[in-house]
Amino acid sequence: MKEGDQIPEFRVTPDKYLPHRYAGASGDFNPIHIDPEFATQVGLPRNILHGLYSMAQVALANAAVAGGDPRKLKRLSVQFRGMGLPETEMVVTGTVKEVRDGRVVIDTVAEQDGNRIIRNAEAEVEV
Amino acid sequence: MSHPALGKTYPAFEYEVGREKIREYSYAIGATNPVHFDPEAARAEGFRNVVAPPMFAVVYSAGSVGPGVLDPELGINLALMLHGSQELVWSEPVCAGDTITTETTFKDHREEDGRTYFVFESVSKNQDGQETVRGTWTNIVRGG
Repeated sequence: MKEGDQIPEFRVTPDKYLPHRYAGASGDFNPIHIDPEFATQVGLPRNILHGLYSMAQVALANAAVAGGDPRKLKRLSVQFRGMGLPETEMVVTGTVKEVRDGRVVIDTVAEQDGNRIIRNAEAEVEV
Repeated sequence: MSHPALGKTYPAFEYEVGREKIREYSYAIGATNPVHFDPEAARAEGFRNVVAPPMFAVVYSAGSVGPGVLDPELGINLALMLHGSQELVWSEPVCAGDTITTETTFKDHREEDGRTYFVFESVSKNQDGQETVRGTWTNIVRGG
């Protein structure tokens, strides 16, 4: 890979119950993620995705560059913005920013309907 | 003005990594590589046992970061708090059967544009003392 290359686009549509499975797997049972009624009471459109679930999708999209080998993802930093929603397709895209010392640095974004839910993400992957 | 609790560290938190937990987590995030599910496939790739996806780091280190976020001495208003950003730097992979110990430090505190930033650093090591991940957790409190 070289500077300016795009990583393969990664698309996923978290289903209605995804936040419940992620809550169980991660231990984060904050009701804004699993209780639509509570979520609307605090002003959200509905129950929202865990930010760290969305970050995990960014991690998968970047690790795919190295054949999905979990050892190859060396660093990932993200900013959480906006709200990720279940039952809405998430699209992760990335551009190679730098190649150095056997690693690529990839600028990544995750969006839903053009709304950036993760931005300024930077991944370092061994290639 | 520096926060009086800056530099405070929290007691080490120990997490035993179970095979079924790795499978449950991998399934939840949609990781499909057999190295996360099948011990044979994992061993064929050079792992001791099924290996956790990198982002599983937030699961085994949360028990160490949580007490910092909830520390009354820091005075974080949880109702106004957002998880603003996250960085993870990985070293040794984490496999089923590992015991991971994480320590967290209240690393940075600053105010910008009417928001207050509380930054924690977590360092996790396996049973052999090898670092597995280093996390930087930035929580933002709106309106101070």
